[in-house]
Parts: sequence; C-alpha cells; structure tokens
Amino acid sequence: MSGHSTYEPKTGVERWLDTRLPIIRLGWDSVVDYPTPKNLNYWWTFGGILAVCLMIQIVTGVVLAMHYVPHIDHAFASVERIMRDVNYGWLVRYMHANGASMFFIAVYIHMFRGLYYGSYKAPREVLWILGCIIYLLMMATAFMGYVLPWGQMSFHGAVVITNLFGALPIVGEAITTWLWGGFAVDNATLNRFFSLHFLLPYMIAGVVGLHIWALHVPGNNNPTGVNVKSKADTVPFHPYYTVKDGFAIVLFLILFASFLFYNPNALGHADNYIPANPLVTPSHIVPEWYFLPFYAILRAVPDKLGGVILMFGAIAVLFVLPWLDTSKVRSMRYRPTGKLYFLIFVLACLVLGYCGGQLPDNHVIPGLSTFTLIDADLNSMVWLSRLATLYYFGYFLVILPILGLTETPLPQPESISTPVLSHPASTPAGATAAPEKKG
Amino acid sequence: MEPPPQPKGSLKVADTVVGEHPDPHAAGEDPNRRDFIHIAAGAAAVGAVGALAWPFIDQMNPSADTLALASVDFDLTKVSLGQQVTIKWRGKPLFIRRRTEAEIASAVADDNANLPDPQTDAERHKPGKAEWMILIGSCTHLGCVPTFGGGDFGGWFCPCHGSHYDTSGRIRRGPAPLNLAVPDYEFLSDTTVKVG
Repeated sequence: MSGHSTYEPKTGVERWLDTRLPIIRLGWDSVVDYPTPKNLNYWWTFGGILAVCLMIQIVTGVVLAMHYVPHIDHAFASVERIMRDVNYGWLVRYMHANGASMFFIAVYIHMFRGLYYGSYKAPREVLWILGCIIYLLMMATAFMGYVLPWGQMSFHGAVVITNLFGALPIVGEAITTWLWGGFAVDNATLNRFFSLHFLLPYMIAGVVGLHIWALHVPGNNNPTGVNVKSKADTVPFHPYYTVKDGFAIVLFLILFASFLFYNPNALGHADNYIPANPLVTPSHIVPEWYFLPFYAILRAVPDKLGGVILMFGAIAVLFVLPWLDTSKVRSMRYRPTGKLYFLIFVLACLVLGYCGGQLPDNHVIPGLSTFTLIDADLNSMVWLSRLATLYYFGYFLVILPILGLTETPLPQPESISTPVLSHPASTPAGATAAPEKKG
Repeated sequence: MEPPPQPKGSLKVADTVVGEHPDPHAAGEDPNRRDFIHIAAGAAAVGAVGALAWPFIDQMNPSADTLALASVDFDLTKVSLGQQVTIKWRGKPLFIRRRTEAEIASAVADDNANLPDPQTDAERHKPGKAEWMILIGSCTHLGCVPTFGGGDFGGWFCPCHGSHYDTSGRIRRGPAPLNLAVPDYEFLSDTTVKVG
C-alpha cells in the first residue's frame, strides 16, 4: 500500500542485501506490516486459501508429470500405474484431481464475495479484471488437465469443447483443425494439451502476482465498502490476518481431506475409468461440476453459434462489470434491493449448475407434463436453463445498471471504525455481521 | 513537443536546454533521415517478429505424416442388411450402413420435408447404390458419435445434445446445423469401397 516502508534491517547481512535486492523489505511490506481493514470477515480468507490451492496443484502436478506418459496408447495405463504401482501415486493423483475441485469451490466463493461487496468498483477495476483473467486461465488449465487421463469423458469432453470453436463462421473449421493438429482429437492433441497444462499454472502464478500487486495499491475492500480513513481503521496483516487466514485454511483443508480420503471419486465421473474410444460416445456426457453452469447456458440456446456466443459471453460480461454497475455504494450491505437481486443471482447460478448436469428433456417437476413451448416441454431442464440464463445476463446488463440509479441505499457509516466502536447495535444485520465484531 | 506543465510555485531548473532538436548529432542535418531510420528499424522488427511467429503458430497444424493418412478399403460383405459397421478413418468414426428397402423409401419420401439442411436422398449416395449410406459418424453439432437406429426418424440419435438424423443422415431435429457429412469414396467393385 502507499506510504513509506517501515522495514528496518536488523543484521549486517540484511542491510547488505537490502541495498542490492530489497526482497525482504518487499515481503515485510506485503505480508507483515501491510495495513489491512480491521473488519474483514471470513469471506476474505479465500484469497489465502486460493494461494494454497495453487501451490498444491503445482507441487502435485510436477510429481504426476514424472510418471505420466502423454501418448494415446500409454496415457490411460500410466495413470492407472500411478494409482496402483507408484509409491503414494494414488495420494498425489487424488490430491491433484480433488484439488482442482477445491480450487474452483474457493474461486467461486471468492468471486461471489467480490460481487456482493462491490470489490470490482473503482479503484479496483484492474484488480477485478486480473482476477477474471486468472479464472479464464484456470478453466483452460482444468479442461486440458481433465483430458490427460484419456478416459471416455476425457476424450469426448475434448471433442465437444474443441468443436465449440467450429461454430465460428468461415474460420471455425481451420481453428478446430489447428487445435487438434489433425482431423480429429488424437495423439497430437493430447501432446499439446499436456504441454499447455504444464505451462498455464505458471502463467496463473504470474497473474496472481499482478493481482496481489493491484490489490496492494488501493488496499483491501472491506465488508462496509467504505474507504479506509485513518490508521484506526486498519491492523497489520501479521499477526491478525496471517492467523485468521491460517485458521480458515485449516478448516478448508479438513473439507479437502474429507473428499480426498473418504470419497475421492465423488466429484468425478465413472465413465472416465473407461479408456477412450473414439467410436462410442458415453450416453450421458457432462463436464466437470465447475463447468456445469456454462454448459447449461450452451444447451439453453437451440442455435449452435448462438449457444457458443452466449457461453463465452457469460464470462466476457464479468470483464466489463465495473462499468455496468452504476451504484456508488460498494457493499450490498447498504443496498437492500440490490442484496435481494444478488441472492437471486446466486440462486440462478446454482440452478444453471443443476440444469447442466441433467438431460435437457428431463422434467423439473417429475411426472408433470405441461405443454410444448416452441421446441420443448415447459416443464423441462431446457426451459429452466433458459429462465436462469435470462436472469444471469439480466442481472449484469439490466438490473445492475438501472438499480444503481433508482435504488435508495441505507446510510453508510462514516468510517470502518464507526459501527464497530460506537453503534454496534445499529449495524445492519447480515450473515457476516458477527465475525466483523471480532476484527 | 509541449514542455510538461510546471507545477505552480515550483523552482524552474532549466527552460532553455530543450530546443527544437534535442539530439545534438542532428544539428544541421535533415531530421527526416533519422526519422526514416527509426521507422525502418521498427518496421523491420515487426516484420521479423511476425515472420518468426508464423512457424510457431503453423507447427500446430496437421503435420505431413498426419496429412498423408492413407485411404481405407472396406469389404462390404461384412455388413448385413439393415445393419451398420463403424470403422475408424482419419481418427473419426465412419458409418457404413446397409439400408433396407423401407429405410430407403422413408428417406426418399422425406426429400421434400422441412429440412434444416435441404438435400435429397439421391444426393447422399452413389447412383444405383441407394442401399449403401456411407457417412462420417460425427455429429455436426459438437462432434459426438450418434447412435445407430435411434431418434424419431429411425436414422441416428446423438446422445450429447439430442440431435435426430433420418435414414439418409439428414438433420431433422435438434441443435446440429448440418447433415452428417458424406466423405469422398468410390466403389472399387460391388463388394469393395475405397474411402478417402
């Protein structure tokens, strides 16, 4: 954050290093003395949790790459060899596979937190956009990683996703051929996916560095959304948030371990334990759970190109969000109407995720046949997906721009310290009010 | 160039050094020569980067050995009437279906139906070989493999997103935009076909 450094080298060696490479000073200013709003609640611990997730994925991934063979004739067998023969290979692979899911759980909570507390608003637009880039890189990495075991879901998932680009007019076919390195998903595709799957995590790590840099310029947002006014509003990062983040990380690792040791395949698909067969598509093909909302949007549109545009648009809209939300009030805590629309938005995302995992013609209410509207029964996953998709885009493109101009917000506190020190009872009620008082 | 605005009340350090020609070596020479060198060097650098980028982009396109994939000869006696054999050709499934009289008739009867990708049945098989329907078994939506005999039209049904194809491989219902593709093939004899 702005302001001069408080680091004082204590030993001769530190002084010597500080005039040549002030790296200890950088670390001191970033994680020890960094002034942090004193009211951050547990929703703010997911940044630290995500850093841990990235480290786990990189360490386990490098180990897996020592045993994995990126060839269509050997990939599946080499993964099974990791599971059965390599010492602790089962542990490392299950950590990596479940780690991906944990990474996405954490990133979704992190993103919803940013949406609720308005962390994307000025002066944090670049911070938010860098986060969106990280999310895009994560999705690309996860997709390519899922292809590597070369099971049935790996193969046909790769076919479906790469074919999405075929929807583009004129250049579509050239692009898919270029992605595949052939006329179909084949060995060339597997090889390049392995190479890129190894590369992208380091690119993520690089953008995370920029993300933290962009965070430390304006400093953290906080649950009130009110700017830090004085030193009384902050506490040093260490020990206050190192300990709070550390505690949250421990809780998160307990959740991770419960999947890892008790139900390691709960978030995967049984079909991926069948070696890839290009001649037979599994009867029910679905992506990993973290892509289901986007898959539902894709299927909600009866037109191929339209579905692809809407699916990518669902991510693209996040990039321009800072300029769509017209409200001057950051935190939804002081936006009674906005809060309601936000909760419906979260619900719409969950509904999309649910629809993405179902067959399009499945009934939402079992056993009830209504009437056919345009091309599908009204009581079907297709129509539920369409409603939720409409709300997803409506929230960003209609509700946030208009609501900011029409809504009357609740009075915001003078400073972060005011509601904590003088009017604890008048703090607007919310799920996060209790942890705030501990800060 | 405009000099940067001086903050109010600040000390003026120098206001005479920066002249019209900041480069002392340019004094008396035509400044256009130096501009030319800058622009030419910049253009050469951009050209070099572009020329170097292309090999790194094009290396991902199909390699020579992939492009040289041999064609496939197939013995048609392996397929009994009303059945289909799936073989792999260029990494994709290839459907070789021997249609019954009823299946041919239903395809011909629908030639003038409301087709998203209009084609007659005769355009989709070799003349006089209506029995043999040879298609690339890759759904034109997102590339899944349609299942034989499924769907509302008795042709194929794609399990991924519910596209229905008729017995001529034409798209009838669902998100797929095009009919199942017909590869290049020729009959070497009455019992052998060469694909590719």
